[in-house]
Amino acid sequence: MLGTGILKGLYVTAKNLAGSYHDPERLTTIQYPEETAHIPENYRNYPFLVFDGAEAVAGLRCTACKMCEKECPPQCIYIVGERDPATKKMRPKVFDLDISVCMGCGICVEVCPFESIKMDQHFEVAATERFEELLLHREQLAKPDSYYHKIHPTEAAVSDGVLAAEKRKAEERAAKAAAAAAAKAATPPVPPTTASGEPVSA
Amino acid sequence: MTVDSYTALAKHFAAIVAETTTPTGAAAPAPFLETLPADVLNWVVNFLPDDAHWLRWFLTSIVAIVAILTVFGLTFAFLTVTERKLLGRFQNRYGPNRVRIFGVRVFGFFQPFADAVKALTKEDIVPTAADKVLHLAAPAATVAFSLLGFAVLPYGRHLTALAGMDAALLYFFAAGAASELAIFMAGWSSLNKYSLIAAMRALAQLISYELPLLLVAVPAVMVAGTLSLSGIVEAQGGWLGGVVPHWNIFTPWGFAGAIIFYIAALAECNRCPFDLPEGESEIIAGYLTEYSGFKYALFFMGEYFGMAALSGLGVALFLGGWQAPCEFLQFVPSYVWFYVKLVVVILSFMWMRATLLRLRMDQLMRLAWKCLVPLALVNLATVVFWERTAGWDGPALQAVRWLAALALVVVPFVLLGKTLSAGFGPRKYRYA
Repeated sequence: MLGTGILKGLYVTAKNLAGSYHDPERLTTIQYPEETAHIPENYRNYPFLVFDGAEAVAGLRCTACKMCEKECPPQCIYIVGERDPATKKMRPKVFDLDISVCMGCGICVEVCPFESIKMDQHFEVAATERFEELLLHREQLAKPDSYYHKIHPTEAAVSDGVLAAEKRKAEERAAKAAAAAAAKAATPPVPPTTASGEPVSA
Repeated sequence: MTVDSYTALAKHFAAIVAETTTPTGAAAPAPFLETLPADVLNWVVNFLPDDAHWLRWFLTSIVAIVAILTVFGLTFAFLTVTERKLLGRFQNRYGPNRVRIFGVRVFGFFQPFADAVKALTKEDIVPTAADKVLHLAAPAATVAFSLLGFAVLPYGRHLTALAGMDAALLYFFAAGAASELAIFMAGWSSLNKYSLIAAMRALAQLISYELPLLLVAVPAVMVAGTLSLSGIVEAQGGWLGGVVPHWNIFTPWGFAGAIIFYIAALAECNRCPFDLPEGESEIIAGYLTEYSGFKYALFFMGEYFGMAALSGLGVALFLGGWQAPCEFLQFVPSYVWFYVKLVVVILSFMWMRATLLRLRMDQLMRLAWKCLVPLALVNLATVVFWERTAGWDGPALQAVRWLAALALVVVPFVLLGKTLSAGFGPRKYRYA
């Protein structure tokens, strides 16, 4: 009969109205400032710098090799390196990232040989000024390794593996070098030989 | 003018004041709340000397206007936010719930105040080519014309602004028809093709739906024997066994008439599913395209006032106006009942809006001329039968009367529905 379809429709909307009050599952809205949406693990926007230990700037893994600066397609990274007078290691004196330019490609992460630069998930980046406030410095970019583990657990585990392997290799190398040095110290200096291999008689 | 004619005029005003301010027809001592509005009016008017008839009439009118504007202005404000919240719930959303004043957040019900500030502070853009006078006059005219209808609505037993008006219904429709002019003013003066198309659509739609609206109001007039809305409401007094009220909607012709009235009222208010004049997806915002800021808000206001006025008319014609639904519920003041019914009708409008899709122009016209008008005409015949057989006594004759009237309502509807929906049945999908 004419009009029954309308009644069916009215029933559906009435069910929604009643249901939205007693069944919160129906309401798909996430009330943003109070609750935030679940961010998938692989979400990324702009990079940050990982540091180890307690001190942010001192513990940076970055060695100012400028690989990321060179590879960055929109050229939003600017690095000035300096040598730490104590450890004689390179470290970034300036590490600036313009997040208004960054396109979030993640190439810097791929090229970094020190597992130092990683992609962040921080998205509340509203600023009241266009230039200075969107240019992040090393102090703002430095975030602890625990934060990295929190936002990208899987990737961080792989990264730890790489670092551990490198450390082991470095240790093996050091051990080998040490062993070689020890062996060198233990055996007397090889007497000079002639071309034929016979000891040179005194 | 002679002195005599002055005194005659003064007497006339005095009569009007007496009619509007003194409660009439109260058999039992009226409860305090029931007469409260009239008492307040008397108290205000009695500050003036007794013989200042003209001034007393003027003050009475001013008080009535202020009261109507306050009540329905606030109703409008809270209806907008209620509508948005309800539409949200109908679609499993929250709706607006953020606005807070001094940290107090009443589920977002302060939204209209934020909206008002926003509308007032927005830039008022007038197109260079627009007819500036008409462009300014159109929103004001919309609000003014839609407010006119409130003058004759019976809000309560002793609460009608123009109680002495005999031809209240005629006046209401005449005032309502003027709002079409305002819409066309807006469309024409904007000098925008979307506005003009929308205004033409609106005009065609409003004129088409005015016919069924008028035709279904006639039976109520025929039964009550008066064009006065207060008279029509009083004719619906009384209860069957103290429980079932004698409202028009509980008769066969009244039921059919109420549904036709409801559909036609939806179309008259330009509300979904008849919101073609504002069809955002087709003609931007229709005749509102070139309006912004406070003028836009005024159009909105006029629309809601029109909706409230038409719902009030529907309540008076079919839902027994200010009559209580049951005899023992009479202790609640009559104006509360009127307001409750009004709000329920408006909320059902929102339910319709949440459910139905917008019609096409030809579907709109077909519904008006091929469905509603014939059914309204048949309804006239039904009410004639109903009135002619009012004297039939005994349960058997009454049963025959009810069955015959019901048949007069249902059979034409089913037959017409079958004819109109022939060929429009469930569509079979063929792969493209």
